[in-house]
Amino acid sequence: MSKVVAVTGNEAVANALRQINPDVCAAYPITPQTDLMQRFASFVSDGLVDTEMILVESEHSAMSACVGAAAGGGRAVTATSGPGLALMWEILFVASGMRLPILMPVVNRSLSAPLNIHGDHSDAMGARDSGWIQLWSENAQEAYDNTVQALLIAEHMDIRLPIMVCMDGFIISHSIERVEYLDDDVVKNFVGSYKPLNPLLDIKHPKSIGPLILPDLYLEYKRMQHEAMSKVKDVVLQTAESFQKISGRKYGLFETYRLDDAEIAIVILNSAAGTTKDVIDIYRNKGIKVGLLKPRLFRPFPYEEVGEALKHLKAICVLDRADSFGAFGPLYTEIVSSIYLTKSQPIVINKIYGLGGRDYMPEHAKIVIEELIDIINTGKVRLYKDYLGVRE
Amino acid sequence: MTTTPLSLKELSKKEILLSYGHRMCSGCGAPIVVKMVLLASDYPVIACSSTGCLEVSTCISQYTAWKIPWIHSAFENAAATLSGVETMYRSLKKKGKISDDIKFIAFCGDGGTYDIGFQSLSGAMERWHDMLYVCYDNGAYMNTGIQRSSATPLGADTTTCPAGSVIPGKQQQRKDLTKIMADHGIPYAAQASISNWSDLMKKVKKALSIKGPKFMNILAPCNRGWRSRSDDAVMLSRLAVETCYWPLYEIENGNLRITYKPKEKKPLEEFFKTQGRFKHLFSPENEWILKKSQEDVDRNWERLLREEACISQPEVNKEIEKSQ
Repeated sequence: MSKVVAVTGNEAVANALRQINPDVCAAYPITPQTDLMQRFASFVSDGLVDTEMILVESEHSAMSACVGAAAGGGRAVTATSGPGLALMWEILFVASGMRLPILMPVVNRSLSAPLNIHGDHSDAMGARDSGWIQLWSENAQEAYDNTVQALLIAEHMDIRLPIMVCMDGFIISHSIERVEYLDDDVVKNFVGSYKPLNPLLDIKHPKSIGPLILPDLYLEYKRMQHEAMSKVKDVVLQTAESFQKISGRKYGLFETYRLDDAEIAIVILNSAAGTTKDVIDIYRNKGIKVGLLKPRLFRPFPYEEVGEALKHLKAICVLDRADSFGAFGPLYTEIVSSIYLTKSQPIVINKIYGLGGRDYMPEHAKIVIEELIDIINTGKVRLYKDYLGVRE
Repeated sequence: MTTTPLSLKELSKKEILLSYGHRMCSGCGAPIVVKMVLLASDYPVIACSSTGCLEVSTCISQYTAWKIPWIHSAFENAAATLSGVETMYRSLKKKGKISDDIKFIAFCGDGGTYDIGFQSLSGAMERWHDMLYVCYDNGAYMNTGIQRSSATPLGADTTTCPAGSVIPGKQQQRKDLTKIMADHGIPYAAQASISNWSDLMKKVKKALSIKGPKFMNILAPCNRGWRSRSDDAVMLSRLAVETCYWPLYEIENGNLRITYKPKEKKPLEEFFKTQGRFKHLFSPENEWILKKSQEDVDRNWERLLREEACISQPEVNKEIEKSQ
């Protein structure tokens, strides 16, 4: 029987890792991930998992140790935040290039300078091109559910790629919410046993891993990574279907909220989606046809499906919790690309919000919806890229 | 475990685990280091290399020279990568999924060890992973084109500290990495040289018999960087040992033992004059560098003798204590 608990996001993900019981876990402390790994370390100390911990001296070494462990031939996990993910950046590409299905919860945090420990998406967006699968989570329940599903996706024999599960630092990692845990046995059976592929530790069949590849072959290696990524969508959906059977909870490539008959919509990732849904309800009660799309799978990005879901709209605002200075936010460019493929032409504007943990309040969603209403009434766009809740 | 005696006759029967056909330069010291280390092991070995000459030359595209499992991940993280492999080994062994008794050896150059990989190495040693880390020290970033590293000796001419009309080569002395690694409190740290093969292989055997982190620093002449003859690697290593530029010693559980003492310590000049990288030091205005280098070598050798004496003669220790 599943169990309903009141836990933080970090606690929920740590519990999912306990239920997964990986062979090796490398950990280095960084706020706001610290609490997640502390909890997991206590599971190790109390003998609740069989995992061997590697308490490394940096995130660069955490990812390097995961590369070595996963190449060895077992399940390897770590978790990080913000600057920790930035320090790992080089080795993220090694992990995906070697096709190692490492699992890494990312507790999203801003990047320095100025120093800030709070939640935004600059870290994971900075790693979006590293060849890792990215699942994003609105709340503790989704973070838990995504963590349980992640290995099935990453370890699928058609995929064999590393995977990040993202949740907002502090807002989700440190807030207590209602979460439904699956039973340990149910998770154990769902995740199944690990099937190693070319394990380094098989000394009877020596392998060289990590060769030098010159221009004559490098492009083909990278093309194969894209090929594997292109199969992820289907595996995510298959996994979601099996997950629904054990949990009753339904997942897709993205979530839509009151979108089908909408004329205007907000596209937003992670925790801010919850607040936005509440404000959408207020406007729906006033007869305004507004909806929401919340991506779950950001890498690979499901362009066709997202484009289909949004093409009927008149105006869209994409809210980005990460900036690309001098350019549109990273989510905005994906949404515009998706819609372009449908040949439909809604107006799409971009708002940067919530950087460095700045609160996203219901009035911010109201400002956005009012602006979208104004755009469809007047056909005029004031600014395509703007900042929300900033003191100018 | 049957151990192969260290006789050339017996060793010649063993398989060389780094095959011919690799693309290291003719006369390079590094593959000799690897072959000797692997030849000394009676256990199955899994190796890891950092990015560098050895790595790019031994595993290209579908070709590999490694007859044992081998992994390369990046430049600065061989110790961390191997610590991951070793930890997975312990984890799977505990669960009964692996039964073999495997040893883990890292082979990395001085750039990947003294400089960019230093943090990763220090961390892995402190975490007490059961591995032997072998640095093949050729005293510069040879793979990228002979740039200065913290292992480059004082006065050496490299591409980033060239001997110019104002600055005569590297202005700083080398980092004493073997000492630093021993000071981590690891059970075994040693210096070795391919010229003294029996000494080198004994050290490897001893290192592999000890559980926990081990470090070996092995001089690996590079004729491109040192600007020496391509058939002189062993002779240059011998001169480095005979001049005490590269003393052979081991530190086992904190106890230092010099494993080879030259009958007559040769002047450092004899080692320096064989190499183009030191050529400018023989002009009168740079004489001070030669003199300073000799003083550094002498001081270090005397320190080693003193430390060894303290350990082998407890009464000396007592006298030192009294005098304090």
